[in-house]
Amino acid sequence: MTTPAIRTEDLRKEFGDKVAVKGLTLQVEQGEVFGFLGPNGAGKTTSIKMLLGLVAPTSGAAFLLGAPIGDRASLARVGFLPEHFRFQEWLTAHEFLELHGELFGMSASDLKRRRDELLERVGLADFRHKQLRTFSKGMLQRIGLAQALMNRPALVFLDEPTSGLDPVGRRLVRDIIHELREEGTSVFLNSHLLSEIEITCNRVAFIKHGEVIRVMEMSALNQNISMLTIRASGLTPEVVAGLRQWGDDLRLDTDQVTMTIRGETDLPEINRFLVEQKVQVFAFTPNRLSLEEVFIETLGQDGVQ
Amino acid sequence: MKNIWTLARLTLREAIRRRIVLTGVVLGLIFLTFFSVGFHFVYISASAEVPTSGETVTNLMKNEFVNMIMLAGLYAVTFLSAAMGALLGADTLSGEIISGTIQTVVAKPIRRSDVVFGKWLGYALLLAGYSFLMSGGTVISVRLITGFTPQDILPGVTLIYLEAVLIMTISLTFSSFLSGLATGGVVFGMYGLSFIGGWVEQIGSVLHNETAVQVGIVTSLLIPSESLWRRAAFEMQSPISAALGMSPFGTISVPSPLMIGYAIIYLIGMLMMAVSIFNHRDL
Repeated sequence: MTTPAIRTEDLRKEFGDKVAVKGLTLQVEQGEVFGFLGPNGAGKTTSIKMLLGLVAPTSGAAFLLGAPIGDRASLARVGFLPEHFRFQEWLTAHEFLELHGELFGMSASDLKRRRDELLERVGLADFRHKQLRTFSKGMLQRIGLAQALMNRPALVFLDEPTSGLDPVGRRLVRDIIHELREEGTSVFLNSHLLSEIEITCNRVAFIKHGEVIRVMEMSALNQNISMLTIRASGLTPEVVAGLRQWGDDLRLDTDQVTMTIRGETDLPEINRFLVEQKVQVFAFTPNRLSLEEVFIETLGQDGVQ
Repeated sequence: MKNIWTLARLTLREAIRRRIVLTGVVLGLIFLTFFSVGFHFVYISASAEVPTSGETVTNLMKNEFVNMIMLAGLYAVTFLSAAMGALLGADTLSGEIISGTIQTVVAKPIRRSDVVFGKWLGYALLLAGYSFLMSGGTVISVRLITGFTPQDILPGVTLIYLEAVLIMTISLTFSSFLSGLATGGVVFGMYGLSFIGGWVEQIGSVLHNETAVQVGIVTSLLIPSESLWRRAAFEMQSPISAALGMSPFGTISVPSPLMIGYAIIYLIGMLMMAVSIFNHRDL
């Protein structure tokens, strides 16, 4: 059995009489892309800061790559892109990555190689001699991501990595996360963009008031198919009546049927039935529950309360 | 050690890129220019008024006068170096904590103390450049104009530098838990206290008032910056003015070497306190 990338046991943080994180218990396996979801003020950023040794827990324990938090040998294998990325803006892109590589303890030759490789990867090679203060928000986020990957980490924390990015930038981050997953790097992703989480993560944890209230495999979303929309011509009353054998709750709007089904297993049969009835099908769309719907169902409309 | 040096270099680079060094050098040169030009004309008219008879006495008087003006210049240098130290230290940790710049640095495999020591070393090097340039410039311009060189320059200018480092260290320490503005307020307040305490001690010493001297010593223990200047002035003043008594920029009640030792221990203690506070604080 491999050491988990992250393991926390009842991690708690109080600021004065305010409880920021109530008791966080979770485990992230190596090579997993793990989504951390919750409303604003749920303690997500504080949890990440505790794991990285920036904030001291009030009680509880946590381990990164098998070592207790704050262990320097394990931090050498961890990358971090903070939420409010503010960097040494008087440095050029080259100098910035060199600084962080040096702090990771990388050798000079390795550092230079990795620096050039990452600038190329995040699309900033042409700006290598420009100071960061001339960078746009999106460019800063990309150079910040490069900084987090300098040491070829085994585990990366990305706190809202796409918040400042345009669609092209978001696509880049998503592709990089996919590459990391293929390389076996664990990614701990805190994001409000549920669609991003939906595409990139293996598992997600929902947290509220600093407690994990649900952990879900993303593949579970696909098994929860409950609706089907069919757009077709030739939806005769007989066909519609036939469709009712899979679900009573059925609505017909001229050339479109929307119906409730029992699950994914019904789909092939319905499809076969339509073909046999010589219905011209233009669209056959199973609607699974979106992550957003699960989010609201799990955490409530109001989020914080 | 490597991380401390990396962060010291970063601090120096920041000072250069953010034009702190440029501003310091330009203002320093303006100060030196005004000092030399002013001093040049004062010296010419003072020389003209001194009677020509009795050359030994004349030279003695001249040297006393020159020495006093030079100490006045060095006193200004001390203040400027200390102010530079206070400003450099004030916003450094607090500013980076508030902006969040510190987060990606501290999340690296380094000790938090590396951050404090690295910044401290970077600023100490900067202050060395500034302080020695300014006091060296003052001493050289006096020498060029009059041919006069005070005794014991090196211990004197080193003590002036030490005062700037002391103020910077205090500033860095307060900046580990206060905002930049609050730190500036506290440090200048302490500097003022030390200044007043120094004068109370001097005047008390002239009037042989023991209580006033004690008050001065207590403020020196609270913040020993002014003692460093008074020791520096003592090193560089002429033996005659020391023997004659009070001059505006000379010193009568001389801080002992023990006080200098105390100032160094105080500085180290402050730095350790900065490390300890920064180690325990949530970022």
